[in-house]
Amino acid sequence: MIEMEVVYSRPESFTPTTTHYCPGCTHGTAHRLVAEVLDEMGIREKAIGVAPVGCSVFAYDYFNHDFVEAAHGRAPAMATGIKRVRPNNTVYTYQGDGDLASIGMAEIVHAAIRGENITVIFINNAIYGMTGGQMAPTTLPGMRTTSSPGGRDVETMGYPVRMSEMLSTIDGTSYAVRRSLHNPANVRKSKKAIRRAFEVQERGMGFAMVELLSSCPTNLKFTPQQALDFVGDQMVSYYPLGDYKVAPEVKALKV
Amino acid sequence: MALKGTIEVNHKYCKGCSLCVEACPQNVIALDMEHLTPKGYHPAMLIDEGCTGCAICAVVCPDAAITVYRESRKKKTK
Amino acid sequence: MTKELMKGNDAFAEAAVRAGVEGFFGYPITPASEFLEYMAKRMPELGRAFLQAESEIGAIHMVYGAACAGVRSLTATSGPGLSLMSEALSYIAGTEVPAVVVNVMRGGPGLGNIAPSQSDYNQMVKGGGHGDYFPIVLAPATVQEAIDHITLAFDLADKYRSLVFIAVDGNLGQMMEPAELPPMRVLPEEPPSWSVYGAKDREPNILTSIYIDPPDEEVTNIRLLRRWMEVEKNEIRYKEYELEDAEIAVISFGVAGRICSSALRTAREEGVKVGMIRPITLAPFPTEAIRELSKRVRRILVVEMNTGQMLNDVKQAVGGRVPIEFYGRIGGITPLPDEILEEIHRVNQNTEDIADGQEKVEWLERLEARIERGDQ
Repeated sequence: MIEMEVVYSRPESFTPTTTHYCPGCTHGTAHRLVAEVLDEMGIREKAIGVAPVGCSVFAYDYFNHDFVEAAHGRAPAMATGIKRVRPNNTVYTYQGDGDLASIGMAEIVHAAIRGENITVIFINNAIYGMTGGQMAPTTLPGMRTTSSPGGRDVETMGYPVRMSEMLSTIDGTSYAVRRSLHNPANVRKSKKAIRRAFEVQERGMGFAMVELLSSCPTNLKFTPQQALDFVGDQMVSYYPLGDYKVAPEVKALKV
Repeated sequence: MALKGTIEVNHKYCKGCSLCVEACPQNVIALDMEHLTPKGYHPAMLIDEGCTGCAICAVVCPDAAITVYRESRKKKTK
Repeated sequence: MTKELMKGNDAFAEAAVRAGVEGFFGYPITPASEFLEYMAKRMPELGRAFLQAESEIGAIHMVYGAACAGVRSLTATSGPGLSLMSEALSYIAGTEVPAVVVNVMRGGPGLGNIAPSQSDYNQMVKGGGHGDYFPIVLAPATVQEAIDHITLAFDLADKYRSLVFIAVDGNLGQMMEPAELPPMRVLPEEPPSWSVYGAKDREPNILTSIYIDPPDEEVTNIRLLRRWMEVEKNEIRYKEYELEDAEIAVISFGVAGRICSSALRTAREEGVKVGMIRPITLAPFPTEAIRELSKRVRRILVVEMNTGQMLNDVKQAVGGRVPIEFYGRIGGITPLPDEILEEIHRVNQNTEDIADGQEKVEWLERLEARIERGDQ
C-alpha cells in the first residue's frame, strides 16, 4: 500500500475564513506566508497583528491570533505602543504602500529610527486598491491610474519612493529587504525573509521590514497571471530585489 | 522515478484565479469548468496523472486552498 | 500623607504614575512639557514605558496601542497637539478602549500663545474628532483637584471603556500649590479580558473601529450612546458655592471658577446674595442642576476664559427662564478677581431683560472699553 503524507496544508495561524481579496491578489499569498512563519516558529499564541487601512483592513479576520486595527498609516505607532507595554508579545504591522509610504511615512520612518523591536510586512503593489485604483507613492512613472489618468508624470506628481533603500539608511533599521511574490521561487524567498524578520524581533534585534512586490490584478486591469508578469517585468526593474540592510548580528542568525 | 503526489482543492477558499494552473510544472492542473464553488468560481482541479506533490501550486495559491500529498519517502518496514 | 508644595505639571505626572500608568507617550509642547519631562525620569525608574514620539499623532496612536494592550496609558498635550490627536481620539472612542488625555490649555486659534486659556472647551466637550462619540471631560480648579482627577479619570475610563479628558488651564500646570498625592496603585497582574496580549487558550481578541455593515455600526452607535447615558446618570459632578439664598448665580469652570469663588466671597461680604455652580464634569454637563438653579435665582452670570463656549450649554439648561449674562477674557488673559467682582455687582443691579445673543454684544462692549482704558 502506498502511504501518502501531507506536504502542504493550510496554516493553523489562519482562520477558516474566505478572504475578501480579488482572485489572484497576492495579499492572500503574503498573509499565508506570515501565517506559515508564525506556525513554524510556534509564536501564534503571543502574536499581535496591527492591520492597516487599505485592502488588508480586514486582515484580522484571517489570522487566528490577536489583532488591532490602526488608523491609516499609524500602524507603526500603534505597534510601538503595544510592544513597549507588552515586550514579550510578537508585534507586527501589515501595511500597504499608501498606508506605509504615503500617509504613514512619519510613523514608519520614526519606528525605524527608534529601532523599534517590531516586524513590518510592507505590501508594495504600486496602487491604491481599496479606494479603487488611485496613484500610490509607489506607482511607476507613466503608469495610468484613476488619479493619474494620463500616466504618472513625475514632473508634477513626483517620483515613486523606494522604501527599502530609504529605511536602509537609518541606523535603527536592523533588517530591510525587498522580495517579490511574482513566481514560486520568489514566493519562497519572500517567506525566508519574513521568517528572518520575525526572528529579528524574537531576539530583540530591533526594527525589521520586508517589502513584498505584489500584484493588484483588478486595478491594474490584468488577469492574475498578467499582473504577476507585470510585477516580474516592470516593478522589479524599478524596485530591485535584494537585501538593503542586514545588520551583522542579523546576518549571523541561522534561520 | 519521481514520487507520486496529489492535491485537494478546498472549494470554500478557491477563487479560480488560475495561478496554480500557470505555475504547475507538470501541467496537470486546470479549472473545472463543470463546477462552481459556493462563491461562484470555477475551482482548480487535478486533470491528469503526473502530479509529483512538489507543492508549487500551494506556494503560489493566494487563498491557501490547496492541500498537497505525496508518497511517503519512508521505507516500508515490512 | 502630608501635603507637599508641588508644581502643577509635576504633581499631575506623579499622580498619573501612582494611578498605575504603564505607558506614557508624548511630544513636547508648552505649557505641558514638564509633564513629559517628569515622566521621562520617573517611568523608566519603575520599569514602565515612556516614549517621546515623533509627533502628537505618533504619541496618541501609541497611547491607543497601549490602551488596546490593556494597560493604563496617557498623554499630556496642549491645544495644537490635541488638534493633531483628533484622529486617534475618534478611533479610541470607536474601538471602545480606555485612555486619558491631559490637555493643558493655551490661547488659540492657530499657534496662538502659551498663556492660559479655556478655549478648547468645544474641542473636548463636543468631541473634536469625526463620528458620534462622547468623551468624559473633567475640569479641575486647583492642583489638588487635578491630582484627584487623574485617578478619577482612569477609574472612569476603565469603568466605561471611555476616552477621558482632563481640561487643565495653563495656570494650573505652571502653578505651585500644596497638595497631597494618592498612594501608589498596585498594578493588575492580569490584563483585561478584552485586550490584546496573545491568544493563548482562548479565541483571538480583535480591537477595531470599523463596522463596514451599516447595521453593525448602528448597533455600535447605540451601544456608545447607551453607555453615555449611564455616564450621564452616574457621573455628573459639580461644586456649589453659597447657593442657599442666592439671588444671582455665577457659572464658571476650572481656574476661571476659582477666581470667581474668590470674587464671590468679597461680594458676599459686600452684601450681594450671589452663589455659584462650578461644573467639574464639563461632559457630562450638570444640565439638571443648572436648570433647577435657574428656577431659584433671578439672573445668571457665565464666566469663562473663552468667547462663551460653555455659555451655550448653560443656555440650553436654563431654557430662557432667567436672563443670562456673560463675561470672558480671551487670548490667554486670565481675569482678575476685582474684574469679576465688578461684574457680579453690575449683574446684581441689572434688572433689564436681555435678548439671546445680546449678552455677548454687551460683554464685548464692556471688554473693549476696558482694553481702551488700559485696565488689565
